Amino acid sequence: MKIGLLLALLLITPLTFAQNLYVKLGEKQGIKTIVEEMLYRVGGDARIAHHFDGVDIMRVHKLISEQVCDLSGGPCDYSGEDMKTAHRNMGIDNADFNALVEHLIAAMEKQDIPVSAQNQLLALLAPMHSDIVED
Amino acid sequence: MRKPLLFGNSTLLVCALFFTPLTFADQGARLLATGGASMLEGSGGGGIVPWATLSSYSGEDQLGVTVSLSEVTVDDFRLSVQGASFSWNNRIELSYAEQTFDLSTIGGELSQDIVGAKVRLAGDLIYGDLPQISIGAQHKKNKDYALPSAVGSQDDSSVDWYVSAAKAWLDGPFHRTWVANLTLRSSKANQLGLLGFGGDKEDSRDWLAEASVATFINRYWAVGIEYRQKPDNLSFAKEQDWKDLFVAYFPSKHVSVVGAYTDLGSIAGLDDQTGWYLSVQAAF
Ligand code: HEM
Repeated sequence: MKIGLLLALLLITPLTFAQNLYVKLGEKQGIKTIVEEMLYRVGGDARIAHHFDGVDIMRVHKLISEQVCDLSGGPCDYSGEDMKTAHRNMGIDNADFNALVEHLIAAMEKQDIPVSAQNQLLALLAPMHSDIVED
Repeated sequence: MRKPLLFGNSTLLVCALFFTPLTFADQGARLLATGGASMLEGSGGGGIVPWATLSSYSGEDQLGVTVSLSEVTVDDFRLSVQGASFSWNNRIELSYAEQTFDLSTIGGELSQDIVGAKVRLAGDLIYGDLPQISIGAQHKKNKDYALPSAVGSQDDSSVDWYVSAAKAWLDGPFHRTWVANLTLRSSKANQLGLLGFGGDKEDSRDWLAEASVATFINRYWAVGIEYRQKPDNLSFAKEQDWKDLFVAYFPSKHVSVVGAYTDLGSIAGLDDQTGWYLSVQAAF
């Protein structure tokens, strides 16, 4: 009985933890706003805007929002390509990646997302670096 | 046939220099604060420890430049440092520093020039599993050698070699971003070299450990501690390890300010030298 309770607790803890991040990011609406602000800034950044020439930005907005919702423990299932396939042959370098991260941070700051939640999301995204950056 | 070949090569080099898309790191290719500060010997780092990170925010094919002014005021001494550095491609850093050590209580002044070079060998501060690993050298030359020589120093110049590893944890303890750096240095320098190199008590190189740990309270403010082992080569006065507790502020990629409470131990026979450190760096 006790062990069962403990096990249940152990199983639930990471879930509630993740749930927390989703909530801290403002749930679906908050995440949509953050991703929109990020993409808006990316579009105005001459260092990386060219990567998005001819791209269906509404679709990318939907997919990144879905992905962040999923990663942060929200009730979403990411339906897009894996990161390696999605960014293949784009020639994205380290500086491009950092530029996008800067815009994500700026977007989260604008939404007054606490630093702790910002760090949690950044730590979930950083491992994608090796799949996205080609050099 | 040698000459035309050589000529051909250098023309190629000149062409490459002119046409390589070399750009300044104006917006910077790296994240805020990864350029760190300028440490006392001119290299990119914390306050008293050179880090594996390279100064400025330059990335691929970019050139970065920093200039810095630092001042340490402890009970009986004052150290002023003017420094500059160039970094390229997030790969190589070249630095220069001029140190002036004011012996406020004893009277007089010591000074030295330091030319430094650092190369990033592997890894990245933020991405991937490997820490960022760099090796570096600092060539130091005394400008006033009378006093160091009189107290037993064996040489007025020497090279410090070091290897550093640095890693950041984006979501570390308390959901804060943490950075740690460990440096191992081979050196004969007495009090950074201001009191010369090697001594009457010991005239061989020592391996010295230096460490820094910092945490970012938010995007712009960090607090941390540093520790630096020191050699003890001169018999006239014992030399002790250095420590500091610092606060760093990164308002933009162009400016950083570091303030610290420092404990420099015993210097030239005067014990308990504690006081304040302030450093300002501008990066382009
Ligand atoms: C952590 C960083 C990043 C994440 C999480 C991310 C996420 C995504 C996602 C979910 C998609 C849609 C995938 C699909 O089509 O199924 C996508 C597409 C795209 N990403 Fe990223 N991305 C990141 C970094 C970057 C960077 C640094 C750039 C370039 C500067 C970039 C440029 C693009 C472009 C151009 C597309 C559209 C591809 C197309 O529809 O043809 N991404 N990204």
